[in-house]
Formats: sequence, C-alpha cells, structure tokens
Amino acid sequence: MLKGDLTTRTKTYQSEAVIESLIRVLGFSTIGFVVLIFLFLLRQGMPFFFQVPWANFLGTRWYPTFGLFGTLPLILGSILVTLTAIVIALPLGLATAVFVREVAPNWAREVLKPLIEVLAGIPSVVLGFFGMNIVAPLVRTTLDVPTGLTAFTGAIILAYMALPTIVSVAEDALDAVPKSYRDAGLALGATKWQVIWRVVVPAARSGIVVAVMLGLGRAIGETMAVMMVTGNAARMPLTLDSLFRPVRTMTATIAAEMGEVAQGSVHFQALFGIGIILFVLTFLINLAAARPIFQKRRRGGLR
Amino acid sequence: MGAAMAHRYRSPAGCAGKCLWRLTRCPEPLLLLLLSTSVLIACAPASSAHELPRTALVTTIENMGSDTMVNLALAWAEDYMHLHPEVRISVTGGGSGTGIAALINGTVDIANASREIKPEEVERARANGVTPVEFTVARDAIAIVVHPSNPVDSLTLEQISRIYTGRITNWREVGGEDRPIVLLSRESNSGTYVYFLENVVRMGNPNDESLFSPDTLLMPSSEGISAEVRQNPNAIGYDGLGYVTPDQKVLAVTAREDDAPVIPSVETVNQGIYPISRPLYMYTVGEPQSVIKDYIEWVRTGGQKRVAELGFVPLRERVTLSNDISSPAVAVLP
Repeated sequence: MLKGDLTTRTKTYQSEAVIESLIRVLGFSTIGFVVLIFLFLLRQGMPFFFQVPWANFLGTRWYPTFGLFGTLPLILGSILVTLTAIVIALPLGLATAVFVREVAPNWAREVLKPLIEVLAGIPSVVLGFFGMNIVAPLVRTTLDVPTGLTAFTGAIILAYMALPTIVSVAEDALDAVPKSYRDAGLALGATKWQVIWRVVVPAARSGIVVAVMLGLGRAIGETMAVMMVTGNAARMPLTLDSLFRPVRTMTATIAAEMGEVAQGSVHFQALFGIGIILFVLTFLINLAAARPIFQKRRRGGLR
Repeated sequence: MGAAMAHRYRSPAGCAGKCLWRLTRCPEPLLLLLLSTSVLIACAPASSAHELPRTALVTTIENMGSDTMVNLALAWAEDYMHLHPEVRISVTGGGSGTGIAALINGTVDIANASREIKPEEVERARANGVTPVEFTVARDAIAIVVHPSNPVDSLTLEQISRIYTGRITNWREVGGEDRPIVLLSRESNSGTYVYFLENVVRMGNPNDESLFSPDTLLMPSSEGISAEVRQNPNAIGYDGLGYVTPDQKVLAVTAREDDAPVIPSVETVNQGIYPISRPLYMYTVGEPQSVIKDYIEWVRTGGQKRVAELGFVPLRERVTLSNDISSPAVAVLP
C-alpha cells in the first residue's frame, strides 16, 4: 500500500516536471514569436528608410506605383481619425462607466455590463458596412459636405469600436475605488454627484487614463471599418475642414495595397515601413498606458 | 488508428485502457463505439479509392498573365475542368507582360493579356522560334457612372481627364448643377485603375505624367463605388461595365469634340465605337493543337456566359449582361 503510494507520488512529480517545462517552453515561445515578428517587420521594412530619400518619404504625395512615397498624409490621417475618435468616445465611455458603476440599480448593471461587452464582438466589417451605407449619407446631408466618406465618419465608427474597451476598463477602475472613500465623502455632506465627480472619478484617474490609452490602441490599429468609410484619399489633412474631408490611414493603405504588390519591391518595403511606423506609434501608446499602472504600484496606492 | 485512439479516450466507461483487452467485460456503449470505429476505418480507404477516377493521362495546360483577367481565367478553368476531368488547367496572374514573357520562354501554353502583344515581343518570340497566335476572348469596357439625379448626360474624354486630375472641380463647368465633384476610383492595385489612368486620365499619351488628383477617393471594391454613387449626387465614378448596377446613371462618352456621344453597351463595345474599352486576349504558341485548341474554342463559345458574370463584355450580343445597362437613362433609385 505504502509502496504503491510512493510510486504514484514520484510519478506525479515526474509528470509535474514535464508539464512545468512544457508550460515554460510555451510561455517563452510566445515571447519568442513576438520578437520574431518584430525582427521580420524590421528586416522587410528597414530597407525602405535607406532606399528612399528622406525628402520623398517625408513628402506629401503617396503614389507608390509612380515612386512617390510620401508617408506624411497617411500618418497625419491616422492621427486625425484616432484622436477624433477618442474625443468622441471618452465622454461617452466615461459617462457610461459612471452610470453603470455608480448610478444604475443592481439589476440594470447586470444587464448593461454584458451588453457592452457584446458590442466588442461586432465584426469590424459589419460596422464598416453600416458606416458606408447609413452613417456616411447622414454625415453628408446633415453637415452639407461634398462626400460622407470623411475622417469624421471614420472617427464615429472607431469611437463606437473603442467604447466597449473604454467602458469596461474605466468601470473596473471605478470599482476599485474603496467604499470608504464614498462613505467619507457622503459623511462630509457631499451630494451623490459631488462624490462621483470630485472623489470617485479623480481617485480612479489613472485607471481611466489606461482605459483611454487602450481604446486609442484599439482605434489606431483598426483597418477594415476605416478603409470602408474614410474615402482613402491620401491628401494632407492640414486645412481646418480636413476633419470633414476624406483621409487615408496607415492601416487602410497596408491592407489595400499589400495584396497586389510585387514581393521585395520598394513598394513592398514601403508598406512594411509603414508597418514599422505604426508599430512604434502603438508601442508608445502602450508604454504611456503602462506608466500609470507602474506608478500606482510603486506608491502602493489603490488597486 | 488515430480515430480509434480518440474514441478510446472519449469513452464514457472510463476503463477504456483495460477494456481494450477485455472486451467481454466492457459496457455495451463502448463495444458499439469500438465497432463503429473499426467500420469507419474499414470504409475510409475504400470510398476514397472509389471516388478518384483512375485516369492515367491527365493533360495539364499552363495559363498565365494579366491580373485583370485572372478571375475570369480561373472561372473558365474551373468550368472547363468540370466538363473535362482529364484536363488540368493551372492559372497564374502576374501581369500581361509576365504572361507573354513566359509564353516566349516556353514555360506556359496560354498567355492572358489585356493589351495587344508588342512588336518587340513578337520579335523576341520569333528569335526564340515561337510564333504567338492571338485570340480575342472577351472585352473590357469601363463605364463612367454618376448619381441618377445628375443632369449631365455625356462627357468628352478630355473633360473626364480634367475632372480626374483635379482641373475641373465643379459640375457647373461641364454643364451640370453648381455642386462640387467628388472623385471615386478603384484602389491602385486594380487592373481597371491602371487602364483608366493610362487611357482616360492621360488620354493614351505615353509621355503624359498626369496622376489622379490627391482628393480622389480610392474605394476598396466595386460595391464601395456603387454605394457612394447611389447616394451622393456629387460623385463621379468608373467601373467595369458588368459591375454597374441599374441604380447608377451611366454617362455617354465622346472621344473627340465633334463625335456623337456613345453609351456603353454590349453592341457599342463590340462595334468598337465606345472609346473606353479594350479587347482581352489569349496568346498561344503557334496554332493551338488538340486540348488547347478545344479549350480556346470553348472559351470563345460556352465560356462566354461567365464573362458577363465577372464584369466583362462577352463577344456575342445574344449573351446578355446580368443587369440591363443598355437603357441607363431610365435608371431609378430603389
């Protein structure tokens, strides 16, 4: 009996060791794949920055079939659409999070939370189709602009796509604010609104910043819906009305042109070059999103 | 064997390992399971052997060339292989030039080209002891489309060129309402785009360096163009004739100032009077023989019904287009 027990135990240890090392290999391989993808991106895209003169790829015309590789309109286009999307999504998202967490009765919260998460599951091509056929005509007629396929239309769709991320992360941040803060506020004679606006939201500030940054990351990388509704005209968005004119984003450019480009050509490298620029931008955003988390941990404050 | 293993681990009895050796003590569901597994294993090779026809002689046709034609060529190849299982046709894109070069080098049997073979290519082929033979297999016409409410009925090629290069920006300048013009184009990877750029924007002048205006909206699909044209009275777009839906207005095009405007239709394209159209070709090495001959003959007859489906113009009139575009003036919004 005892002997049998011992053998099963050693067997368990042995299989545990095997499983442990397996998990370790899998874990490291994930990191390895990310590094490999990055190296591949660099290998394919870096030649672009050396082959094409600076004046060309910092130029204002993107016309790759004729050797014009001005990436500025694409970078500015992406930034314009993404920032506008966040400007639209932040107040909506924050208000929704505050409502769900602080105002709504329990049963409403139970219904709303999963509904918001379902929003995240709508395929972007469906939203793009919706944007192209419903939002774009609406934008054109209500704002009286030449075409409804504008940066603004793209921003509306992107805001909608970033909303679930912003709401759920911000809601978690509000949830993490200790009940004692609210009690203290109310005990001091503050109204419910004052407690929410002056105590709870500021206390959850860093979490809300993370929510915005994650929403930003989601928005800047989105391709399909943006490609369908922004018109994809590679013009410089410098004039005041640019928000209501077509733009071409970096992601849409890569998606639209990668299919037919000759492998190894300058155009091919240019698309990977745009990929590098996009990667660096999202990396910076994620870095900015991670900072408040690290700061908080150092201070040992709220979680 | 793999199937048997899977069944073993999924068995509900939980004693699968031992039961394999002591079948008699096994609960009945497991026995059934094992039986069905063995039946499956026995059946699998038999059925697949039955389905594959044992033809010793399979002829392969190598078909390469124009990216514009690649979907059409694929559709033809699929249909023909369905009719003639003894023939294999492999279709590759790469461009008209690539296809013709491969034909000259003898690596393909048929080259697809959306332009005529150039004299220097014929020259090189001759030097290689090859005589290319040309077959017109379909026609490609590009229709200029606008919103049904747009009062403009026709444009000259030059006007279209000036519109697409951004020199004309208001419909008033071409006889329409006082509205800004919104330019729609296909993405730069589409064959239609290149053809339109060379023959309309640059008006066929090889020394012309004009490009599309930077304000041109590049749509990822035909559906993108038709959706915008359908709902925006400012828009002008172009697309393959077969892709035009009845809720868009097709403009008549005039090649030169004093010519009569021509509306694109199967007849005008086949008569060669509609200016924005081109024949699509297949080239073979010498007069085609046996299977290749039969394939090209089929493409020019039975295969023509696929042509209209894919947005091109069939060689004969009696094969009608999927949408009636011969009377676009009566097009109405849904």
